Amino acid sequence: MSARVDTLLWLMQRASAMILGVAVAVHLGVIVRAVRGGVTAHEIIERLQGNTAWFAFYVVFAAAVAVHGSIGLRTVLREMTPLPTRLIDSVTVILVIVLISMGWRAVAGLYGFGT
Amino acid sequence: MRRGRLIAASRNHPTYWAFVVHRLSGVLLTLFLPAHFYVLSLAIRGEASLDGFLKWTDNPLVKAAETGLIILLAAHLTGGLRLLALEFLPWRDWQKSMVALSGGVSVAIGLLFLLNAF
Repeated sequence: MSARVDTLLWLMQRASAMILGVAVAVHLGVIVRAVRGGVTAHEIIERLQGNTAWFAFYVVFAAAVAVHGSIGLRTVLREMTPLPTRLIDSVTVILVIVLISMGWRAVAGLYGFGT
Repeated sequence: MRRGRLIAASRNHPTYWAFVVHRLSGVLLTLFLPAHFYVLSLAIRGEASLDGFLKWTDNPLVKAAETGLIILLAAHLTGGLRLLALEFLPWRDWQKSMVALSGGVSVAIGLLFLLNAF
């Protein structure tokens, strides 16, 4: 992997961290508030269904977390395991695709619920 | 043997432990993500499907595990903000206190969750 790609991944890691700094703080606030009196599917769906602002928030959040988590795991695997770089890079690419797909699928499902 | 003890001693300071917590929480949270997304996508099958799972989370043991996850998320957030401050802001003396601050804020968020969950 070239130094250029490593630099790009470092930048993506920091850029996604900055997005997540805000998104995770909002997410923690929502969780702490929502858990009062128990979480129900109805509450979750009611908040997201047809709400474009929450939809946009979670689309960006899911993408940022997928990129951040995958690059972070790549760094840990490269620094702390003897696994070949090519294998680690393949795992990273697969992981980012799987996480974005699963995240966006959940967000789209909740946003368009019942349609 | 002596070298091992020297390495252990050199690592036994708050910023090294902050590094360990950040790494460990990052890996655990990433591994948790597919399960989290899967559970949320249960709503696609209908409200009852997601509610069936959410009922299971009423179990006190699950709530305790959730509290652990919240603390991990808060610790990764506050530890990450500390790293961003170190990397992108000019050095200030208050940055030395950020390990303690991030630990305190993480536990406080965990307790807040716990108080609301029960």
